[in-house]
Amino acid sequence: MSRPKAIVVAGPGTNRDTAAARALDLAGADAEIILSARLVAEPELLDDAQMLVIAGGFSYADALGAGRMLALELTHGGTGRLGEMLRSFVDAGRPVLGICNGFQVLTRAGLLPGALGHNEQGRFECRWVELSAPPSRSIWTAGLGAVDVAGDSDGAGDGDDDNSGQATIHCPIAHGEGRYVHRDPAGLAADGQVALRYASGNPNGSVADIAGVCDPTGVVLGLMPHPEDHAVARQHPRYHRGGGGPAHLGLRLFQSGVRHAKEL
Amino acid sequence: MHRLTIRTTGTDPRLQALVNAARTSGVTVAHPDCVPIGIADIVFVHGSLTAGQRDELAAVLIDPLLQTGSWDTPTGRAVEVALLPGVTDDAATAVLTACRMLHIPVVAAAAGRRIELPNELPNELPNDLPNDLPNDSSNDADRVTEPVRELARTVLANPVIERWHAGTIEAHFADGHAGSNRAELVPIRTLDADQLAALNATRGLALDLAELQAIREHFVAARREPTDAELETLAQTWSEHCAHKTFQAAITTADGGSVPPLMGQLRRCTDQIAAPFVRSAFVGNAGIISFVPGVSLALKAETHNHPSAVEPFGGANTGVGGVIRDVLGTGHRPIAATDVLCFGLPDMPADQVPAGSLHPERIRDGVIAGVADYGNKIGLPTVAGAVLYDAGFTTNPLVFCGCIGIGDDRPLPAQPHPGDRVVVLGGRTGRDGIKGATFSSATMDATTGEVAGASVQIGDPITEKLLIDVIIGAEDLYRAITDCGAGGLSSAIGEMAECVGADIELGLVPLKYPGLEPWEIWLSEAQERMVLAVPPDQVPALLERCVEHGVELTDLGRFTGDGRLVVRHHDAVVVDLDLAFMHDGRPQRAMVAELPTPQRAIPTGRVVADVRGTLLALLAHRNIASKADVIHQYDHEILGSTIVRPITGVAADGPSDGVVIAHPGDTHGFAIGIGVNPWYGLHDPEAMAHAAVDEAIRNVVACGADPERVALLDNFSWGDPRRPSTLGELAAAVKGCCDAALAHRAPFVSGKDSLNNEYIGSDGRRHAVPPTLVITAVAHVPNANLVVTSDAAAAGDVLVLVGGTRTEFAGSHLDLILGEPAEPGVAPQPDPAAPARYRQLHAAIRAGLVRACHDVSEGGLAVSLAEMCIGGRLGVEVTSLPDANPITSLFAESIGRLVVEVHPRDLAAFTVLLAEPITVLGSVTDRDVLELPGVTPIRVDELVHAFTRSEQSS
Repeated sequence: MSRPKAIVVAGPGTNRDTAAARALDLAGADAEIILSARLVAEPELLDDAQMLVIAGGFSYADALGAGRMLALELTHGGTGRLGEMLRSFVDAGRPVLGICNGFQVLTRAGLLPGALGHNEQGRFECRWVELSAPPSRSIWTAGLGAVDVAGDSDGAGDGDDDNSGQATIHCPIAHGEGRYVHRDPAGLAADGQVALRYASGNPNGSVADIAGVCDPTGVVLGLMPHPEDHAVARQHPRYHRGGGGPAHLGLRLFQSGVRHAKEL
Repeated sequence: MHRLTIRTTGTDPRLQALVNAARTSGVTVAHPDCVPIGIADIVFVHGSLTAGQRDELAAVLIDPLLQTGSWDTPTGRAVEVALLPGVTDDAATAVLTACRMLHIPVVAAAAGRRIELPNELPNELPNDLPNDLPNDSSNDADRVTEPVRELARTVLANPVIERWHAGTIEAHFADGHAGSNRAELVPIRTLDADQLAALNATRGLALDLAELQAIREHFVAARREPTDAELETLAQTWSEHCAHKTFQAAITTADGGSVPPLMGQLRRCTDQIAAPFVRSAFVGNAGIISFVPGVSLALKAETHNHPSAVEPFGGANTGVGGVIRDVLGTGHRPIAATDVLCFGLPDMPADQVPAGSLHPERIRDGVIAGVADYGNKIGLPTVAGAVLYDAGFTTNPLVFCGCIGIGDDRPLPAQPHPGDRVVVLGGRTGRDGIKGATFSSATMDATTGEVAGASVQIGDPITEKLLIDVIIGAEDLYRAITDCGAGGLSSAIGEMAECVGADIELGLVPLKYPGLEPWEIWLSEAQERMVLAVPPDQVPALLERCVEHGVELTDLGRFTGDGRLVVRHHDAVVVDLDLAFMHDGRPQRAMVAELPTPQRAIPTGRVVADVRGTLLALLAHRNIASKADVIHQYDHEILGSTIVRPITGVAADGPSDGVVIAHPGDTHGFAIGIGVNPWYGLHDPEAMAHAAVDEAIRNVVACGADPERVALLDNFSWGDPRRPSTLGELAAAVKGCCDAALAHRAPFVSGKDSLNNEYIGSDGRRHAVPPTLVITAVAHVPNANLVVTSDAAAAGDVLVLVGGTRTEFAGSHLDLILGEPAEPGVAPQPDPAAPARYRQLHAAIRAGLVRACHDVSEGGLAVSLAEMCIGGRLGVEVTSLPDANPITSLFAESIGRLVVEVHPRDLAAFTVLLAEPITVLGSVTDRDVLELPGVTPIRVDELVHAFTRSEQSS
């Protein structure tokens, strides 16, 4: 397969769908943005896709809890058939990614463990963070440790690689409800489901600095930060001072997902 | 009726915010029994639900890891708050959405919140009954103490949009009391001047006598009385807000001279510059420019001052929404938002806040939350801005919201053709935002907050996002477009129909709830609506797009070609106005100005005993100190195009001069810069305006924009122009704007004035804002890969000051810190050499000679150098100063200056390029101290501490 087909789901109020589609395209997929209402009406659209991304934003205004209405729509909307097909999609090993609001949707839809509460500081927070990818089952973070050292020459000397020797992913967060909550974070980590951790300070009070988690199969990933906003090197705030660079691109996450989809 | 109370497991972050606000308000200092101890959300569901359905709904609304919920009515001492019927209620909408998806039959839903107080028996005062709602119960639990009432009014609820109740609140649904469904005639033909004035006051028309007389004569000639809807339509169309009467007035000066109409001056100045990149200036909803073939930018900045004063969150929220619709009304996709906010002092003692005003801290927090909420949800980066504080903004906060949109070079939307359909898209119409244009055109007083309730609404950014998705890409389906802003349908359709005429049926307008009078439907400023002129054969295609995106479309009637505005309500004609009279019948206002006579002859220097302490105090001054705390609440990253952020440097806490936006796939981009300094305006409004233009341009040049390609927006927020001295200051500022624009060859493309920013306190005294002009510069960045930021880059680099330093201290921040002397001397004056200097500096940036660049503004050179140290976490050693007097060198605020960091090997090339004397100040060091001549070195961490301290303490 040359370029896997990716669906980017956008509900009413989703606003980072275009950026997610751009990142997927740059990573080698063919992305199409599909409105949630259409997907509910035509769930068979999933049959043609190898990847699914639920993009960030404020679906249904996030009223009474982020992501809840979109999760309900995707699982119960229409005849409920989309909900069944989503599970089959995952069972077939096709990669699913939920970014920010998409992560909130996936936890509410029962496809990912845990929940996302209001940030500890009680308000929306937009800032750049660094993410480490501990060894996990996630196919999305697989290979993030394999840094192309030559490609990192621009960003060399940052001293921002984490202790595991892996390059950290640099990208912004932008959320009000990103505090990850789980009753047994250590158990989750032991099960290989902690895919990403905040490596430059915990920006929202998430338990055990968890920024992203995967399902037991590793094909579903949810994360609060926005790797799609660091798809090209110039997007890094320190790019003009030699910061960032290929090893730290959020794009690498999408590339991993595309690589996996190609092998299906 | 079912009631679900939802509590957060563990700490609810909203609680601490309430406790802090209660402390600021002063209530809980004396009454510890009023310190909130808990907060919960309430959901009301009206319908017969089975136990199973309740469980199903609760499972959606409650996340067991985060919350607990109960269908039982809680007990205990509490205040409960709910939105007034008809106010945008996202939570209620969400409940209805959930019920629909779960196939649970419900009649209605509502939401609220519960704030719990320590248990202590209340005494015997009657409950608060705002907005004439019936008292649902009168038992003891609902009786409240005066401190609780005070807490509820000043902290827990805002009566402008909310009601509150001690104990448990009952849900109210907007069922709408029955309207008369007809227009009433308002006898005007026989009224004399006094009676016209009385009519003006009772109906809140905000017209002057000459205008009322013109309306009277029109209807005398028409041999009939106007309907209420006609009178209100004229009042809206002729309001200061919509008609800019002052900017179009014939002005005479006290000495018998005359000043050309202000609007005409600005337009003529743009015509004179004749910049090739201007596509459309001062026409329609926004200015349109094009720096690159095939790419067009729409620029607009607006104010939303009055609404933000009475309902800070909603006022600012709808201000952002309104300016985004302005840009959408030019067929451009909004891509960035800006905001400039002016507040009173947030630490003002509660007992000094004038009656009827909200506390400045409450206004600030609400406005910032409102700006953040709309931009974040609609998905626009909120990038450039400023936050200023002055006691003069206590009762009149200023909220300037800007938006930039992008489009291609297709022809701009034009005029409707006869036969086109009048189509409304977007949100439903309710009794919200009635008469906003006249409200915002009047001076406020202590009762404004109570009567203005209907003028303010909370925005619905999701609906507006869907509107953008429908409209962008539908360019072939409509002929003309405008947004529903002040005046609602009356002004949108009235403006579009100006050259053709229209005939519409109000009975077709989708309503939030029944019972609106025809004039209310016609004037409602319900948000998130656009009006389009659609050729009849394109309506089905547009409808299809709307259905796909879930946007409501209503065909209200047709553009006619007969030059009349005919509005029907269930076939009865409620408005039949001659559009020529409506738009051209208003008599030109004649006004008198007393021009200011600023002192420019005798400069006075300053004496500063403790330079070190003064610099740290300046860095900690609210106006200069870090705004990172605010900026982090705005999503400034979304769309992935923000290249230079509003904060910069090693720790992302240095202030940027301008911001640069460039699509990830493009080399070129554009920069946004802001210029504002009301304190200069108190001394010399003309010089202030010149300084604001210069600063806005300086800021974009500093980050890599081309000074040859700059477009400007003006926003004036002033006091009552009927006071000759106030109008004189305005006229002087317009002259300064024009002179500066001509000097820089940077044309104004759009502008807006907000006058009457005054407040008559219950003490009877007038409180006017300082004359505040905000200039927004939008400029071409030819190479977004070569942007420059303000943080010091590398030890060993040379620091150079470009521009001349003069003894200009009037209005300076040094004076704000140390107190203004009896002879403040001269405010910063225009620098004729600045335009050439900026062009040379840009050439140096293009040549790669500039490593960092920071403008010199509030606080002077010392502050600029300190900010470069903070951004780069590097030291700076200054060995020579630009003026013989070190205090003038360090703290004067002469305009036209920038500090430039260059590599030592590039200094000669840079010096040659600049072609004017420059000052080599010293160099960047790795010693982590700022070293100024004759001053004990200041550690960089001390600078950082001062710069970030005030945001932590307030």
